[in-house]
Amino acid sequence: MTTTVTAPGLRAARQETGLQQQRARAAFWFLAPMLLMLFFVAAWPLFRSIMFSFTDATANTIFNGQSEWVGFDNYLTWRVRDNGDIRWRGVLADPDWWNAVWNTVRFAFVSVTLETVLGLLVALVLNAEFKGRGFVRAAILIPWAIPTIVSARMWGWMLNDQFGIINDLLLQLNLIDSPIAWTARPDTAMIAVLIVDIWKTTPFMALLMLAGLQMIPRDMYESAKIDGIHPVKVFFRVTLPLLRPALMVAVIFRLLDALRIFDLIYVLTPRSEGTVTMSVLSYLNLQQFGDYGEGSAQSTLLFLIIAVFVVLYIWLGRVDLSGERS
Amino acid sequence: MTASSIFWNVMFYIGVALIVLVAVFPFYYAVLSSFETGTQLFIPNYLPQSFDLSNYTSVLTARSFGRSVLNSVFVASVTVIAALFLAVTASYALARVRFRGRGLLLMTILAVSMFPQIAVLSGLFELINWLGLYNTPWSLILSYTIFTLPFTVWVLTTFMRDLPVEIEEAAIVDGASPWIIISRVFLPLLWPALVTTGLLAFIGAWNEFLFALTFTVDESRRTVPVAIALLSGASVQEIPWGPIMAASVLVTVPLIVLVLIFQRKIVAGLTAGGVKG
Repeated sequence: MTTTVTAPGLRAARQETGLQQQRARAAFWFLAPMLLMLFFVAAWPLFRSIMFSFTDATANTIFNGQSEWVGFDNYLTWRVRDNGDIRWRGVLADPDWWNAVWNTVRFAFVSVTLETVLGLLVALVLNAEFKGRGFVRAAILIPWAIPTIVSARMWGWMLNDQFGIINDLLLQLNLIDSPIAWTARPDTAMIAVLIVDIWKTTPFMALLMLAGLQMIPRDMYESAKIDGIHPVKVFFRVTLPLLRPALMVAVIFRLLDALRIFDLIYVLTPRSEGTVTMSVLSYLNLQQFGDYGEGSAQSTLLFLIIAVFVVLYIWLGRVDLSGERS
Repeated sequence: MTASSIFWNVMFYIGVALIVLVAVFPFYYAVLSSFETGTQLFIPNYLPQSFDLSNYTSVLTARSFGRSVLNSVFVASVTVIAALFLAVTASYALARVRFRGRGLLLMTILAVSMFPQIAVLSGLFELINWLGLYNTPWSLILSYTIFTLPFTVWVLTTFMRDLPVEIEEAAIVDGASPWIIISRVFLPLLWPALVTTGLLAFIGAWNEFLFALTFTVDESRRTVPVAIALLSGASVQEIPWGPIMAASVLVTVPLIVLVLIFQRKIVAGLTAGGVKG
């Protein structure tokens, strides 16, 4: 009796493993083209960029292999002068670099914080049921749909010192008494960049959070209402904890995006000390000044900073990005 | 209704109105400015006052702008088709086949899409030069793969993971090979996801700036963002704001229309990666 049962069972099991192997083989061939492509456009260029950062490559020597290995000189090096003074050189001793780091961190921190708070507010509004909700959701998609370069140009016009409508509006409301050169003044350039970025990206945050909000069962709110719990308390005790996974993911994506910001700043506030970020500074070194060694050193440092952020965030937040555990 | 609930209702609608106003006003103002010329343009006004098409004619008759639009359409289309082609098979393997290191592989792919693009710029520049693609649309198609491919793989994987197992099992019982399962069973079910993902990747490629700025030099090779960013007058003081606004409106209207048509699907696509689970 037992043999007649196990024999077909065994065969089925053997077939199963055969099938598994066949599927695993197929999976390999299905993945290979994509992996090969990513190797060529991502891994290899990244490796080469890092290599460039250890050479003295310039626009003239980058392609003919005449650049020389200089070790960590692009990062940090020192020379003892005749009078005994030590002179530090390299990116890590460059005040411009630290200015760019400070600008980037400042921008990323402020923009992501404000976008998260405002995005949450907008998401809460859109999660309520009211007339014209579909219209509002469509309206907030518009800033997201506009290309960054276009929004930089549009806001550049609105923030124009002489003819801009923002100055006009603020003057009419008596909030300022003379026009402000928003994008040119070092102390307001960062504010201008922040305004545009927050305007453009808050919708994205709001939509991500709205999706999170809509997964919270309605009856949770209803039972809280029946128990007579204050809405503010419900928000902090029920909504926020349940929204945490969606919030974490949205914040990571935004933070990593903010740390590499380039196009908005390059177009809205070109050549402004107050807004130059790591990406912009590195780009200027690479393209404008043809200094591939130093530019690559800066881009490598930015890559390392972002890598550290990713690892820290995933490790601290235990964020399940791959969805494996769900 | 009590007085306080009326008050909060009014506050709520004021908030809603403010959100809509802030979201829409900059584009509205760009449209307004694009129809103004001469001194009219330089007097701030909140309501439409003129309807002058000369900014549009000047943008559209400048040959390089039409050329830039064509370049952008070509680059973005080819990029998206290539990415989808590579991503469909890859995401089947990632979503449906259990193998060791799958989670790690997914994380690596996600990490690539979060890369700072500047970090690969000099290496890519070398690669593109070596392949002889500098100053051609192919340099952009190749380099855009770095962000479109991880994105499409990621989103399609989440979509495919949600398809019912029974369909696949039935196909396996019928003796279908993995390739048949993808092309005959999954692909028809995936069409909506493909359209959404493709559209999002298209928008990403259409908007890209850094690579386009670096890998093209001739005016006739530029894509739309670079053309708009570099549109300038004879001197810094003479920025041609009218034509810039007209060009901005021209390239933005199709995007807004697409986004509004597909808005529900787009939101689903944007949230597919993260928020689930």
